[in-house]
Amino acid sequence: MNELNELRRTLLKGGCAAGLVAFAASAGLLLPGRALAAEWNKSAFEAKNVADALKGLGASGVADSRDILIKATDIAENGAVIPVEVTSQIADTQSIAILADKNPLPLLAVFEFVDGAQGYVSTRIKMGQTSNVRVVVKAGGKYYSATKEIKVTIGGCGG
Amino acid sequence: MAEPMKIRAQLSGDLVAIKVLIGHIMETGQRKDPRTGQLIPAHFIKQLSVGLNGKTVIAAQWGGAISKDPFLGLKVKGAKAGDKVSVHWEDSKGEKSSAEATVG
Repeated sequence: MNELNELRRTLLKGGCAAGLVAFAASAGLLLPGRALAAEWNKSAFEAKNVADALKGLGASGVADSRDILIKATDIAENGAVIPVEVTSQIADTQSIAILADKNPLPLLAVFEFVDGAQGYVSTRIKMGQTSNVRVVVKAGGKYYSATKEIKVTIGGCGG
Repeated sequence: MAEPMKIRAQLSGDLVAIKVLIGHIMETGQRKDPRTGQLIPAHFIKQLSVGLNGKTVIAAQWGGAISKDPFLGLKVKGAKAGDKVSVHWEDSKGEKSSAEATVG
């Protein structure tokens, strides 16, 4: 009898939890991101040079563009924290990728935009040494890029 | 080590400026422990998404070279006061965190 009771308890608990999840999902309470389809782009992020990173991103025929604005310091005293602000004025900007050419792993981040999100990103990055910061924008299925050199006096990647 | 996230969502016109501050170590996996000479294992945020009223508007993938305690500034059009901005991230060890703020 006791055993049966315990089984019943377990089933009740299990059933309850499952019911809650279904409720949360139907009420739209689950935060976005859990169901994000895209998997982390391992081949691009683990690429050791810019060419391979771009290949991993599927970026080919990249054209230089003056409509990508990179706002960052010219000389960074601390390579571990470099504020970078990127604005793409290219219509229908779908994604912005940020790379540091001479970092051991050049690809830093990729941002994808939908439904009203503007082609704008402000963040802080690490750089191991003086190098170009490269921004690659995908818009209308084509790729555009711009670069800006940042001089790093103390690197932020090594130990 | 999911420390609390800070989100600010400030409206000007129909454009909301979203600022996010996350407490995270963002270890690249490239650094050596100066005492042992061993590589410090990587531990960084890999995926992050921003939602407006429950709908994903920005999806990001990161490597380890985003600075420790990441800051993020973004802009989304078509928002109004009272809308909900949510941020969710997952790191290389499978840890995750979510937070929400109201547009004001």
